[in-house]
Amino acid sequence: MSETVLHSPLEAAHLALGAKLIPFGGWAMPVQYSSILTEHAAVREKAGVFDISHMGQVFVTGADHVASLDTLLTNNLSQLPPGQGQYTIMLNESGGVIDDLIAYRISETETLLVINASMIAEDVAWMDKHLAPGCNLRNESDAWAGLAIQGPDAAAIFAKLFPAESLPPRNGISKTASGEIVCRTGYTGEDGYEFFCPAAEGSAWFTKFIEAGATPCGLGARDTLRLEMCFPLNGNDLSPARSPIEAGLGFFCDLTKPHFIGRETLVSQKANGPEVKLTAIELTEKGPPPRPHYPVLSADGETLGELSSGVLSPTLGIGIAMAYLPAAFTKPATPLLIDIRGRQFKAVSVKKPFLKIPK
Amino acid sequence: MSATQIPADLLFQSSHEWARVEGDTATVGISDHAQSELTDVVYVELPQLGKTVDSGDPTAVVESVKAASDIYAPISGEVIEVNPAVEADPSLVNTDPYGAGWIFKLKVSKPDQLSGLLTPQAYGELIG
Repeated sequence: MSETVLHSPLEAAHLALGAKLIPFGGWAMPVQYSSILTEHAAVREKAGVFDISHMGQVFVTGADHVASLDTLLTNNLSQLPPGQGQYTIMLNESGGVIDDLIAYRISETETLLVINASMIAEDVAWMDKHLAPGCNLRNESDAWAGLAIQGPDAAAIFAKLFPAESLPPRNGISKTASGEIVCRTGYTGEDGYEFFCPAAEGSAWFTKFIEAGATPCGLGARDTLRLEMCFPLNGNDLSPARSPIEAGLGFFCDLTKPHFIGRETLVSQKANGPEVKLTAIELTEKGPPPRPHYPVLSADGETLGELSSGVLSPTLGIGIAMAYLPAAFTKPATPLLIDIRGRQFKAVSVKKPFLKIPK
Repeated sequence: MSATQIPADLLFQSSHEWARVEGDTATVGISDHAQSELTDVVYVELPQLGKTVDSGDPTAVVESVKAASDIYAPISGEVIEVNPAVEADPSLVNTDPYGAGWIFKLKVSKPDQLSGLLTPQAYGELIG
């Protein structure tokens, strides 16, 4: 791993707003500006803007590129019409997760992949190795700044800044007249969009979205918001040792496709039932916030695994977490214990997601 | 950055706890600077009453959304009182760190340790 820390093109703007920066995926990124709880509430109730410039943008082109991408991604890209995006997963040969990403079909001949910051080099190398001849891959991750505008007021803010444009439909992708890319997707469960512009223009757009009413939000709120929705974080909840079937992401794996890398493991796990499953867990008594790596025990005190993610849910006011647990303990309402600094707190497995947002 | 408050009647340690010594009792909390760095305290784990601690022992835990932080006893003694108000409303540590946000009280067993703590001025220089 390189020790070099990468810097967002928006860093000066973050520091001017009093942000605290932390290392994340090889980047120095804002964890919070004022308060994680305030930023979280802004997204649930109004709108927030996140710097996602660390995320990678890879454009794949070529007449047959969609068919080729379908051999290295779990979801079915060929069935997706141009103008739409889909959540999908890149697997290793044994069915473990390399990365989770969104693939957006810009046109018949071009697809945009938005990938995790820490995985850019590995994803690109994997695709270079496995994409069919005739596919062209452009890693433009350094060229683009990214902003995620999320929350019930996100669409109104877009209308304010782009009176002549309309947002793409849910999961869709479009380009503004001035060339920015707008994707109607996000990582919070709220309505919103991810907005990509040339890196040098990122700070100016960030300021415009804030002036139009979005609260600047950091990685801290991003983590609490995504966990309330049970959206996995690669590196915490996803890993090369776990398959998307084990992660509960079977919906995004089209096993009717004749071939994609890792398919055999998924088919067998689906047929036999996975031995472990990523399970949503709620604390049922007042206790410290659950955090990654805390042990999870059965009600009888048998160690079952450890938390992959955990926070005190700002919306629900209770501890929420996820853990890979043996199949027998994954049914909702199974009593569990979470060991926090040697004390055991009562918990229970629940149906995902923790938070139900009316559409 | 807004100005950090450092009351003149307190003693501090470099790990950001304060102590207010009255007779043989020391009330302990975390500094305004510490609460500002932690932000959003969401949980306080109080020590057991009657527990005997040595100076530097982890004695309580203050948790923000992102991290759990040990609170170290600034001096040796016995825990004679804990603050139930911060257990019920952890945000008191943020809003009133030197008042309603106190965490526990110790019966001081080694008063000579007090001279080893930081004066308000020395603490101010440390965090300046």
